[in-house]
Amino acid sequence: MSASAAARGGRGARAARWLPIAPATLLLLLFLAGPIGYCVSIAFTDMQLTGSSAVDFVGFANFRRAFADPAFRNAVWLTLVFTVLSSLVGQNTLGLALAALMRRASRPVRTVTGALVITAWVLPEIVAAFLLYAFFRREGTLDAILDRLHLPAQNWLFTLPILAVSFANVWRGTAFSMLIYSAALAEIPKDVEEAAEVDGAGGARRFWYITLPMIRRSIGTNLMLNTLQTLSVFGLVWAMTRGGPGDRSQTLPVFMYDQAFLKSLIGYGTAVALLLLLVGSLFSVVYLRLLKVEA
Amino acid sequence: MRPTAPVAALASRRRPHRSAYPSRLSPILACVLAAWALTGCAGGSGHDADTVRIAYNRSTDNAIRFKDAFLEDVKKQFERAHPGKKAELVPIQAADNDYAAKVQQMMRSPRTAPDLVYEDTFRINSDIGAGYLRPLDDYLSRWDQWGRFAATAKAAAKAEDGRTYGVPDGTDTRGLWFNKQIFAKAGLPANWRPGNWAEVLDAARTVKEKVPGVIPLNVYTGKAAGEAAAMQGFEMLLYGTGRDPLYDPAAKKWVAGSKGFRDALGFVRTVFAEKLGPDPSDALDPNVGTHLATDWMPNGKLAIALDGSWLGQNWIAKGPKEWPAWSTTLGQAAMPTQYGQAPGTVSMSGGWTWAIPAKAANPDLAFDFVKTLQTKDNAARWDVADAQIAVRSDVAADPAYLRSMPGITFFTGLVPSTHYRPAVPAYPQVSTAIGEAMESVTTGGSAASAAKAYDDQLTSIARSAR
Repeated sequence: MSASAAARGGRGARAARWLPIAPATLLLLLFLAGPIGYCVSIAFTDMQLTGSSAVDFVGFANFRRAFADPAFRNAVWLTLVFTVLSSLVGQNTLGLALAALMRRASRPVRTVTGALVITAWVLPEIVAAFLLYAFFRREGTLDAILDRLHLPAQNWLFTLPILAVSFANVWRGTAFSMLIYSAALAEIPKDVEEAAEVDGAGGARRFWYITLPMIRRSIGTNLMLNTLQTLSVFGLVWAMTRGGPGDRSQTLPVFMYDQAFLKSLIGYGTAVALLLLLVGSLFSVVYLRLLKVEA
Repeated sequence: MRPTAPVAALASRRRPHRSAYPSRLSPILACVLAAWALTGCAGGSGHDADTVRIAYNRSTDNAIRFKDAFLEDVKKQFERAHPGKKAELVPIQAADNDYAAKVQQMMRSPRTAPDLVYEDTFRINSDIGAGYLRPLDDYLSRWDQWGRFAATAKAAAKAEDGRTYGVPDGTDTRGLWFNKQIFAKAGLPANWRPGNWAEVLDAARTVKEKVPGVIPLNVYTGKAAGEAAAMQGFEMLLYGTGRDPLYDPAAKKWVAGSKGFRDALGFVRTVFAEKLGPDPSDALDPNVGTHLATDWMPNGKLAIALDGSWLGQNWIAKGPKEWPAWSTTLGQAAMPTQYGQAPGTVSMSGGWTWAIPAKAANPDLAFDFVKTLQTKDNAARWDVADAQIAVRSDVAADPAYLRSMPGITFFTGLVPSTHYRPAVPAYPQVSTAIGEAMESVTTGGSAASAAKAYDDQLTSIARSAR
């Protein structure tokens, strides 16, 4: 349809505007809304993967069970630890630091650093997980290094499992933040920085008063995407520790898998998945509020 | 239940995001975007009335492919004998728990259900309860070979409704394997026959004292080892404490708050608290079974292993870890009951069966494939290859089978005093709860609190199994 017809703006024209995206909308409804609706409905039943074929509506029993379940509370706590450590603190800060440092670096340094960081990100999750399993396990790479330095070696996956998987996630996901921040920093007009420099602001003050406010939106976007991605990390944790030892690295996605597929409680596992969605949206709301980012 | 090294080969999916990027990063970014790996699960293949689809578990250890080779061979025989028909093997390479979850999901829909599936007897009742499997009585009544199967083995795949849902292809027993060379250094006898739990622990203490650097005793424990911990580890202890210590068939209830349960946990706790077992981090490593079979035992790092009758298959020629001297280096002893009370020894038995999903498209063809699998020659070859205890009378008397594996006579001799796991749908959930209780005492928790947590789990399992 022509632009002039749209500009005349009758009701028919407005409806016609929907035409081009109608097929996409339809497909989305069919392939996304359908399954999501199905998932929501399962969360209110006692569906099991094996053991019983009966599926009964149980109302909010699964949710009540979750809040009363110490294992669930433990999983929520570990998910928060994992997300704050590896996404908020780790990937975000490190990504920003790398991006800022790379602006000042020479071309070869930039290329090499960029290539290294991005390689970690491009590796399939399961490959990265095994690399880091080999790094952290008893008598693994890390212990070999500590041994050389005459420091006590230990099995990190056993003593500090949640820290080990958090570190793994930082190692793997920093590239994403680095790219976002590189793009954001490149957008800052040179003359603003130069003006601040002429006014005698030092590096740290320039960064705090000029750079950070100017890339505020990118920070918000990055934090949100990063957090949502980190909340749903499963393969990395599963391959490194399987949520163990005990349940000391059992984040929500692992807990969900454990309940739905190992304990066969599909209804309960799905309810937990919905609660995980809730956690994710809470984070998003907080970011939007804090950073006043127009979503 | 065979311990396998878990490789959770899970599809990971990440969403690419559009973002502005500085030109200097563009070549890198272009490569990155090109490298997004979007993997998904392949959908079920279409239905073909002439093709029988067979789902089975492929070992996660790439050195172990004898099951695949055997099935390939049976497939060829089947296709020769049934012109125009095809057999399609669907190997699922995953840890035991993940294999089960995958197959259960496949069986939920007629579009993805295989025609024939390899089912562990420990899960079969659960899957029968879920309505995933088809009763085979009509087929079995018309099959002349069924009479050759041992009654106990037939019972393993018989549900509470009295119908049979699977054809067993072998069974196993469990006991103590010990390294005679390490025993000699520790001053322990080469014909060791412990009479009760205390003597097992004393032997381990002696090894710890006299042969430092060697792991005295391995008992599988924790969640990662899955059913290996619950069965080879815990139930081998629990079933030595009294009658029906896990499930009371008369009352149709799981046993809670029993002294035997706490004692068995106490044994596991002692092993790890006194450092008589592997380092807890090794014991709880998902790959502990592989480490034991291919490293600790053949390299003389472990004195006593509470393990299965099939262990020898790891060391035969062309096996995952060739070790010709194993048959002379290792001795076997039956696991004693707690205080040596009658019958004096204890063993657990399981095994696997071939079952036909309720939603299978070609059940008749699937049973024809079972018949080919279970000709006497194929059954004997399989029991030899998989180091199983025969469940067919004609195979059990076959000289080739009896000569196949040192120790097979010993392990076959445990059959009279062996126990089968409760044939109840909720068993896998109970098994998981046992693994959690074991993990808790392995990492230093008290037996009493772990037993209490188990009792709480039983309540919720009973609730959901109404």
